[in-house]
Amino acid sequence: MFDLTGKNALITGASGGIGGEIAKALHAAGATVGLSGTRVEPLEALAADLGERAHVLPCNLSDKDSVVALPKAAAEAMGSVDILVNNAGITRDNLFMRMSDDEWDSVLNVNLTSTMRLCKGVLRPMMKARWGRIINISSIVGATGNPGQGNYAASKAGVIGMSKSLAYEVASRGITVNCVAPGFIATAMTDKLTDDQKEKINTQIPAARMGTPEEIAASVLYLASNEAGYTTGATIHVNGGMAML
Amino acid sequence: MSDISDRVKKIVVEHLDVEEDKVTETASFIDDLGADSLDTVELVMAFEEEFGIEIPDDAAETIQTFGDAVKFITEAS
Repeated sequence: MFDLTGKNALITGASGGIGGEIAKALHAAGATVGLSGTRVEPLEALAADLGERAHVLPCNLSDKDSVVALPKAAAEAMGSVDILVNNAGITRDNLFMRMSDDEWDSVLNVNLTSTMRLCKGVLRPMMKARWGRIINISSIVGATGNPGQGNYAASKAGVIGMSKSLAYEVASRGITVNCVAPGFIATAMTDKLTDDQKEKINTQIPAARMGTPEEIAASVLYLASNEAGYTTGATIHVNGGMAML
Repeated sequence: MSDISDRVKKIVVEHLDVEEDKVTETASFIDDLGADSLDTVELVMAFEEEFGIEIPDDAAETIQTFGDAVKFITEAS
């Protein structure tokens, strides 16, 4: 249904479960994809799987210079960045009373500050082209909070507020800025949970199961499309009904 | 000077879609030529590209009129 032929998309955290599926979905719709992440091996494996129209663009998002260089490297490799998907994120969970400044800073830096820098880095050519799509991956906990994740929840709520503000500023230039907020998604991270733990989680989800990375990628694909041109400043919650916002 | 002035005027006319004779020395981009704040950012971007110069943010804020732009660019290039 959605055709992204001729569009160039930069996806951060493409070595992860959700990021990899996002890259696959955009690629399958015809986009050229720039796969970014810290670990080069899984990125190259993914690029090999995808075949043509896939570029590997390693980047350490905790390093400012590396972040600033990424949009330029992506534009050089692909010709432009028409679609930016800020998917990369880290967690450093701890109870609020025990959380160190370092745990706070590193999560805010990667999840929020680097997202801001990448948005800034792609805006100029998008403004000129009068077309652009920015999709920031937030999280259900950015809206609901979660014990032990004060830093992560703050960063993900921050991403939503930032995206809305930017959406206001650039809407008249054909650029949309939206968020996708996943709930519990089955990835390598959740595979480590015991069956008991999984069952407990599922009882809190009206859909009674975890979501799949493909179900997140589908929302991203929609927001990246031409058809979504009138949707901006929105957050799509993909959480099986766990929080109806 | 006149060359810079002409090139700046061309950018302003094209970008803001205004009549050339409205672009006078004291014409304010926002008050007289109908620009919004994002237009002024885009104008600065266009000036940077046309003249191959860097206009820092604090300097960009001082460029309010057509005359300001010509003066800044003349001094910078």
